Amino acid sequence: MYNQENCKFSKTHEWAFIEGGSAAVGISDHAQHEISDIVFVELPKIGDKVEAGKRAAVIESVKSASDFYSPLSGEVIEVNNAVASDPSLVNKAPHGEGWIYKIKLSNPSEADSLLSFADYKAAL
Amino acid sequence: MEHTLKKTSLYDACVKAGGKMVDFHGWLMPVQFEGIIAEHSAVRKNAGLFDVSHMGEVWFEGKDAHKFLQTLAANNFKNIPGAGAYSHMLNENGGVIDDLIAFCVTPEKFLVVINSATREKDVAWFKKQAVDFDVKVIDASDDFSMLALQGPNALNILEKLDPEIKKLPRFNIKSAQIFGEDIYITRTGYTGEDGVEILGGAQFINKLFSWCLANGFKPCGLGARDVLRFEAGYLLSGSDMDESRTPYEASFGWVVKMNKGVDFIGKAALLKQKEEGVKQKWQGFTLSGAIAREGALIFKDGKEIGRLTSATYSPLFKAICAGYAPADLAEGSEVEIEIRGRKVPAKSAKMPFYKIL
Repeated sequence: MYNQENCKFSKTHEWAFIEGGSAAVGISDHAQHEISDIVFVELPKIGDKVEAGKRAAVIESVKSASDFYSPLSGEVIEVNNAVASDPSLVNKAPHGEGWIYKIKLSNPSEADSLLSFADYKAAL
Repeated sequence: MEHTLKKTSLYDACVKAGGKMVDFHGWLMPVQFEGIIAEHSAVRKNAGLFDVSHMGEVWFEGKDAHKFLQTLAANNFKNIPGAGAYSHMLNENGGVIDDLIAFCVTPEKFLVVINSATREKDVAWFKKQAVDFDVKVIDASDDFSMLALQGPNALNILEKLDPEIKKLPRFNIKSAQIFGEDIYITRTGYTGEDGVEILGGAQFINKLFSWCLANGFKPCGLGARDVLRFEAGYLLSGSDMDESRTPYEASFGWVVKMNKGVDFIGKAALLKQKEEGVKQKWQGFTLSGAIAREGALIFKDGKEIGRLTSATYSPLFKAICAGYAPADLAEGSEVEIEIRGRKVPAKSAKMPFYKIL
């Protein structure tokens, strides 16, 4: 759905799939593997303003809570309620049904400082 | 730094079995293998194994071994070969130095199993207290490796190695021969399921580890172990209780045997506390819509009343936690737990969350 080759990545393991003036975001396959069994996702609310590099969601495993830092700034226009009811979707399909939220970008040029998939993979 | 971390004799075997190794109080231990949920399920429904070789084992040997143990820890220990008991070892103020399980191997020889993180402190305390007794305190932790084999099918599988294994009563120890080696088996565990813990030399335990993997046991890590023990209401020494808390405050008053006829260390302080009553006690809570974590503050009617010492997601009970809060807080009371700056409604709950034994 959000093929990793076509995503931009943050160093903190979030991805953004940019389409026009908006983006879908989620966590990388590496991140879901490191976090392991995901049992809870705290989503932002539609209308929330999120900032690049600031906590916008929380991904929790059995024993730990990991902050999800928004890879880009903008206003939340859609949240993935499916991951709230079945958090394991983030493990099963981090670039598909396990996406976290969508934003209308407030500063699209921020994407320039994100990594390509090849660069992200190389940095792991 | 990694090179300063200790490894158990099962380190290589754990890595080979897919263990994700982490620093646990100075030991490189598997926090998980396949995943905490799968491992938790294996122990609750079938059979799981845990490397617990980091735990400390100490011999009390001599004429006064039993008398010494009775003075050292609050529970009543029998000096009948095979008998064992869980207890708390207290300081003069009644504070919990550590919890332990002691087994009578012979009336003059007891095996005491202690926590790895407190091993040096515990052994120093044993030696300090032993001076007035005819007893030798021998730290044998480096001689023993240990596997915990837990779950409703654990003993069914282990019957192939020891046909008599199911006859061993709870909390008892026996010596046995497996693979031609003399080893110890105890009917104990830290999961709330039936099972045993087997103590032996490094080579033997490695052989047993391989045999168990080939015979249906799932390797499990410290992550699953912590969820299982907390569901079963077992305390984690150093987190749920320490020298600032007594067994009464920890809601483990049953380990205190006032009438055993021995003035055990801490008894006077506990007698006083028993009379006065405790202000705070360790108690459980459940919540929904968020998962609480250790250290979170507990509020009632806007006022801070306590702090969580254990908290986790549980595959059986979702978000569960426990901490010290006013002793008069009624079961079912509505409280709030602060999570990321937000107060989440929670309810005081009966512990243990899980009990079948």
